[in-house]
Amino acid sequence: MRDSATLPTLADALALGLTEDEYALVCEFQGAPPNQVELAMYSLLWSEHCAYKHSRKLLRTLPTEGEHVVMGPGENAGAVDVGGGLVCAFKVESHNHPSAVEPFQGAATGVGGILRDIFAVGARPIAVLDSLRFGDVGEAAAAAGGGDRSRYLLDGAVAGIGHYGNSIGVPTVGGEVYFEGPYEQNCLVNAMALGLAERERLVRSAAAGPGNLVVLYGASTGRDGIGGASVLASAELDADQDKRPTVQVGDPFEEKKLLECSLELLDRGLVVSLQDLGAAGLTSSASEMASKGGVGIDIDVGLVPLRESDMEPYEIMVSESQERMLCVVEPESLDAVLEVCERWEVGGTAIGTVTDSGRMRVLRDGEPVGDMPVRALVDECPLYDLEPEQASGPLYPPPPAVLDAAAPPRDLLRALLASPNLASRRPLFEQYDAIVQSRTVRRPEEADAAVLVLPDGSALAVSVDCNGRRVAADPYRGTLGAVIECAANLACTGAEPLGTTNNLNFGNPEKPHIAWQLSQSVRALGEACRALRAPIVGGNVSLYNEGAAGPIYPTPVIGMVGRLPHAGRAGRLGFAHEGDAIALVGAFAPSLAASELAKLAGEPLPVELPDIDLDAAIAAIAAVRAGVRSGAIASAHDIAEGGLAVALAESCIGGRIGASVTIDAGGEDSRALFGECSGCFIVSGEPAALDALAGSVQVRRLGSVGGAELRIELGGGESFAADIGELAGIHDGGLRSLFD
Amino acid sequence: MRARVLIRPKAGILDPQGVAVERALPALGFDGVENVRIGRLVELDVDDAAQLQPMCEKLLANPLVEDYEIVLE
Amino acid sequence: MRFGVLRFPGSCDEVDALHAAARVGDAELIWHRDRDLRGVDAVVVPGGFSFGDYLRAGAIARFSPAMESVIEFAADGGLVLGICNGFQVLCEAQLLPGALLPNTNLRFTFRQVRLDLVQRDTAFTCAAPEGATLSIPAKHAWGRYHADAELLAELEENDQVVLRYAAGENFNGSVADIAGVRNRAGNVFGMMPHPEHAVDEQTGGSRDGLVIFESMRMAVEAAHA
Repeated sequence: MRDSATLPTLADALALGLTEDEYALVCEFQGAPPNQVELAMYSLLWSEHCAYKHSRKLLRTLPTEGEHVVMGPGENAGAVDVGGGLVCAFKVESHNHPSAVEPFQGAATGVGGILRDIFAVGARPIAVLDSLRFGDVGEAAAAAGGGDRSRYLLDGAVAGIGHYGNSIGVPTVGGEVYFEGPYEQNCLVNAMALGLAERERLVRSAAAGPGNLVVLYGASTGRDGIGGASVLASAELDADQDKRPTVQVGDPFEEKKLLECSLELLDRGLVVSLQDLGAAGLTSSASEMASKGGVGIDIDVGLVPLRESDMEPYEIMVSESQERMLCVVEPESLDAVLEVCERWEVGGTAIGTVTDSGRMRVLRDGEPVGDMPVRALVDECPLYDLEPEQASGPLYPPPPAVLDAAAPPRDLLRALLASPNLASRRPLFEQYDAIVQSRTVRRPEEADAAVLVLPDGSALAVSVDCNGRRVAADPYRGTLGAVIECAANLACTGAEPLGTTNNLNFGNPEKPHIAWQLSQSVRALGEACRALRAPIVGGNVSLYNEGAAGPIYPTPVIGMVGRLPHAGRAGRLGFAHEGDAIALVGAFAPSLAASELAKLAGEPLPVELPDIDLDAAIAAIAAVRAGVRSGAIASAHDIAEGGLAVALAESCIGGRIGASVTIDAGGEDSRALFGECSGCFIVSGEPAALDALAGSVQVRRLGSVGGAELRIELGGGESFAADIGELAGIHDGGLRSLFD
Repeated sequence: MRARVLIRPKAGILDPQGVAVERALPALGFDGVENVRIGRLVELDVDDAAQLQPMCEKLLANPLVEDYEIVLE
Repeated sequence: MRFGVLRFPGSCDEVDALHAAARVGDAELIWHRDRDLRGVDAVVVPGGFSFGDYLRAGAIARFSPAMESVIEFAADGGLVLGICNGFQVLCEAQLLPGALLPNTNLRFTFRQVRLDLVQRDTAFTCAAPEGATLSIPAKHAWGRYHADAELLAELEENDQVVLRYAAGENFNGSVADIAGVRNRAGNVFGMMPHPEHAVDEQTGGSRDGLVIFESMRMAVEAAHA
């Protein structure tokens, strides 16, 4: 089996990303130096991406259980009970590095991958959200002489997400995008997806039943994504080497067929377990299925349908060709399974068997070419302790200044509304079909969270959030703030959180200051999810997001799904009726530290953020949720980037109506108007109804809805006003030029 | 034999892709470029070259808005 | 009243169309390989990306066995509604005049648009109030309706333009703001916006789309009377 002429060396192992110690451990588990196939598989499964070497110990501290949780972390996606016999499966994942290389395909295949995770557990995908980060654009970029690359990445990523989601018939209902210098060389493309399934139909990925067959179906296998593993190529590298695709190319049409085929197989009870092929292809799918089931698997690569005829066994095992699934079926079901695959025009082939050997064996046309213990591959990868240490000085350069913070408030408001982080995202989300499947009750910009109606008339709300700059300023408080914001967005539609997913995007964890960011952030994530009773049901980690210019802002992207009892009562963010009262709900303690205004003014990051009163935030969230549900609140909008003035402007623009408010600024106009905080809301409604909200929460009446202007009185005789039409034009135009 | 079919938008039909590319080229330092039109290429092996024209008329091109050119190798 | 909604590999809005039609009559899905239209009173060719929009949108779907039956059905005067990709399929099949080309902005665009009702006296709009403006979502990348000057004159002459984008709403560059056309005989109609997504205030922003399906039922009932 082992041909000493092609036996890889330690140098090959190092080139594949293993450490010397890890290589020695592999030799120990194998009882001999690994051959080409074995080394390729170990190096992938023991990579950070698959093994979570530096994060797994930390992740074990997160809360994963709760009254609504049906399936927790460890499966293709987590799931929560949503009533009516249904569960919602959801997860967020990243595709950062491929998107930096080829943004269209990187983002498209990111969407494809997360969708497969959803239908791999038996759920029909019903929505996608995207969470994006790029370098500065517009004026901030011009100041630094750049911006073209970020525009190019933004354009490609949005087009790719639209292309995949629209074509496969899953609506893209929400998302977020931030433009910050530290993401210039390392963009972030995170995709979240939700699906619905009947509770009994949820399927797990554990392979079971020695003697059962392993069937591969979907697209044929080519050299997509092989990239770095090509150091193992035993053949002479010839001129064709350059033509090997390192970028995975997605085909949503193929995936649509794959989706329908998979759901039919599950519907008819034809499969024992299901797993999608993502990063590390057959290697990870087959090994993980075997590991979860405590069994072994034999795979014959000679049986795998290939797109290129001359592929070597290790290439077949590591290929990341898209739109493929693996299932385990009882032998008597094989014919029926292949018939379903044929009808949906997705090739299906039996490529292996489940065994009781506890070993992962790779064969080619019956000849063994690789033999590894499953446990060693999947469970025995060394886990590393982080060595966190707070940085002694600033890690990030100050952002470029594009405005003078001493300018009059009316000018500051207009500059904020036009700025890339706050301007209307309509030029992006207009490229997405947000309504296919006819469930969307609140489309982008109608409310703080997307809302999807369920068959029984209740609804799901979903939001994805994180302000990386605030996390960079204070990883613990910044992360608390991100989780609170997500729950606050849900509350504005009347939804109560059921569960959380997260994508931790960080720099190199082997560096103590990054390890510190990561550990502080995960600590806050756990604390906030416990306090909000929104446990983590699954997620993803993307590390090593840094380059010569430094690391990205630490960006723990939070995705939360909640439920509201009556879709018809889903909240909106725009002011609704002339004469409605406007109130501020929550413990309002605004601060300019790490605010959007501070960023535009070019201020360096502060050394920390102000303390967050988690209990007060939770109480305000509950009060707003109750008020929206009862109908007392006509509009609800959480105060986020840009502070109170921006939130008021957004509610005016959303409702196409003005407002008159009085804010007691206590002489600190900027802080009161543009300072940021957590767990505070702008709500509107009939005066008596709003008054009734007060009880355990602070409700401060600010003014009322009406007219064609936003008029703000600051006390001490100062005031300013802005025409809503003008503000809407500024808001709408902010990002448009990026897409022309 | 090997054949190539080149399909392009009919003259007079607005080709926004061609326009976009024409606008992008000067920014990259390429001047003096006009009339960019973008179409499609279909390559195929055929036993009977006489089938190519009806293939174009029926499927490969939309004769209402596209012209096609058959090149035999 | 029975509607048959075609389903191709890659169709996305066929279930939405099925549910919309079901509010007005009975509705069933017809698989693309099925030649049997099961005696339905009207056929709906839905939106989506049939066959991945490969080659050209609708270019492959038009040759499916189900579409062969639809072509015969139309020749016999049967009612056929094409929505978005369905409109593209009907143009490729030459059941409708003209062609759909990529949007001038080259991007997929989703917007709620206002449509002016140009012809009320058709089998697809007779249930609409006179002079109505319909608010209906549009979502497509290949929706620019094209007809050369000669064909355009013919369409206008023969009252074949049924819906136009209202002022300021034509985002895809369609000639003469055309959003929906019918054939000379008046039994085949195609529109780019999606009426099946405007049958419920909660998710559609309006119920104006229902009028298309109601009109078809009215027309069929009148024909049977």
